[in-house]
Amino acid sequence: MNARVMRQLAVNVVVWIVTVITVAPLVLIVINSLKDSAQASSMGMDLPKSLHFENFSVVFEKGKLGHSLWNSLLYAGVSTALCVALCSLAAYVYSRRRTRLNRFSYLFILLGLAMPLNYFTLMKAMQLLHLVNTQAGIIILYAAVQIPLSVFILYGFVGGVPRELDEAGIIDGCGPGRLFFEIIFPLLKPAAVTVFILAFLNSWNEFLLPLYFLNSASQWPMTLSVYNFFGQFQMDWNLVSADIVLTSLPVVILYLLGQRYIIAGMTAGSVKG
Amino acid sequence: MNDNRTYPYYFSLGAMLLYVLLLVLPGVAGILYAFTDWNSYDSAVHFIGLDNFRQVFSGENMYLSYIKNTLVFTVSTILLKTAIGFVLALMLSNAVRLKNMHRAMMFMPAVVPMLIVGLIFKSVLHPDTGLLNVTLRSLGLGVLEQQWLTDLKWAFKSIIAVDVWKGAGYIMVILLAGLQTIPKDYDEAAEIDGAGFWKRIWHITLPLLAPALTVSIVLNLLYGLKIFDTVYVLTNGGPGYATEVIYTGVFKEFSMGRYGVGTALSTVLFLFMTVLGYFVVKWMSREEESH
Repeated sequence: MNARVMRQLAVNVVVWIVTVITVAPLVLIVINSLKDSAQASSMGMDLPKSLHFENFSVVFEKGKLGHSLWNSLLYAGVSTALCVALCSLAAYVYSRRRTRLNRFSYLFILLGLAMPLNYFTLMKAMQLLHLVNTQAGIIILYAAVQIPLSVFILYGFVGGVPRELDEAGIIDGCGPGRLFFEIIFPLLKPAAVTVFILAFLNSWNEFLLPLYFLNSASQWPMTLSVYNFFGQFQMDWNLVSADIVLTSLPVVILYLLGQRYIIAGMTAGSVKG
Repeated sequence: MNDNRTYPYYFSLGAMLLYVLLLVLPGVAGILYAFTDWNSYDSAVHFIGLDNFRQVFSGENMYLSYIKNTLVFTVSTILLKTAIGFVLALMLSNAVRLKNMHRAMMFMPAVVPMLIVGLIFKSVLHPDTGLLNVTLRSLGLGVLEQQWLTDLKWAFKSIIAVDVWKGAGYIMVILLAGLQTIPKDYDEAAEIDGAGFWKRIWHITLPLLAPALTVSIVLNLLYGLKIFDTVYVLTNGGPGYATEVIYTGVFKEFSMGRYGVGTALSTVLFLFMTVLGYFVVKWMSREEESH
């Protein structure tokens, strides 16, 4: 009995240590985002002597964050909505009508889970489509790279929606469009929310694609502008920290609100086995 | 009911079109361009046979070391994240207080942008003021202090450690979900039969956790081979070429306008990962049919 209690205690201590190691670097940034420049230069865990909330407004001005924030919201929001719409349509048809062509199409799209991008030829393709250095281009690109995972998650979910509903809808005189949008899609909502949150997170966090395909600073999303800001203000860690907080805050809030969906989506397929 | 009318194929064309146009065709076209001298200085493109691949694999250039580094990174992060994730999942599946809080905290780094994680650790690993060295000093462990990101011996290990910090919690959550599907009775029955802790782990937990383990390994594999942000921010490939991986190398080729060699390097990755993907998809579809 005693050994059992000791073991429990040891496990709890270890778990706490891991949690502290995980959270400490994040807390460090939050603390330092509130210091003045001199105190933040040592980037220590000491608490701010006085609270400098103005760091955030300074960053907004110097880093032109208003623009980037809007860009990030626009890119992540629109591309994700586009992706959810296209992928739920595709997943629906692939799952409901298992012809050879549909089966092949589904597996062919899944192959994209592994396929890496070739940035040289992708640049060429984007040029041919007149999408380089345009906001529409980056939105379409963001949507495209999320397709395989989104189709995968939605496909698994469509199977759980009873076919009898389709039949009832048809008998009531629904066309294929109305059947999908008015009857099926509302039932796909849990999966659609999961896909939306995941794709939004991924798009918000994307750094490499805008690095290749957007060269004007006014089009940069948060990730690119925070990186650029770091290059300019390496000496002012309080400002860099504030910028980091502003860039991460939206995803951390989204995570805390949608934890259930995120974990469901990110572990999709792992448990069914 | 006419399936062809109820579930029209054109519903799926939007997703398929974007996927083919922006992901598949560039990849396939890359295979062709890898045999040319394509570059940014000359608009004419000439066929040069295997020259680019010879450059990549000859060992005269650094390209082989990019591939080697990428593989070392991938294998070591898989091993570390899976091992740490497994131990954490085991601990959290037992009666730990505040379990949900711990799980939420440990998973958190997974949603923070990789680039941001890089910037944070640029500070944490700073040799003079960084949290790591300062903590070591204050614990009286000053001898362990290192120039984490500039020392040839440590730079790549540091990058791997940062990536494990970010990803171990994610793997823990996958494995924890897997553990919860294993009925407790198995474990209890084995315990009554006198099986010790390690025996139960080896003969009961691990085999039943195999699907979740496979998924986490595959996810890490696909992620590791494409690593870019962390390396780019923390060391940008340095010191020298010590931490250069495929995607940072590709980005350098791109910046220098050497599209041919860059495409060849990308194509090596493309072929390798697409073949890998083929087997993953095959395995996934078999899994699904058995249900």
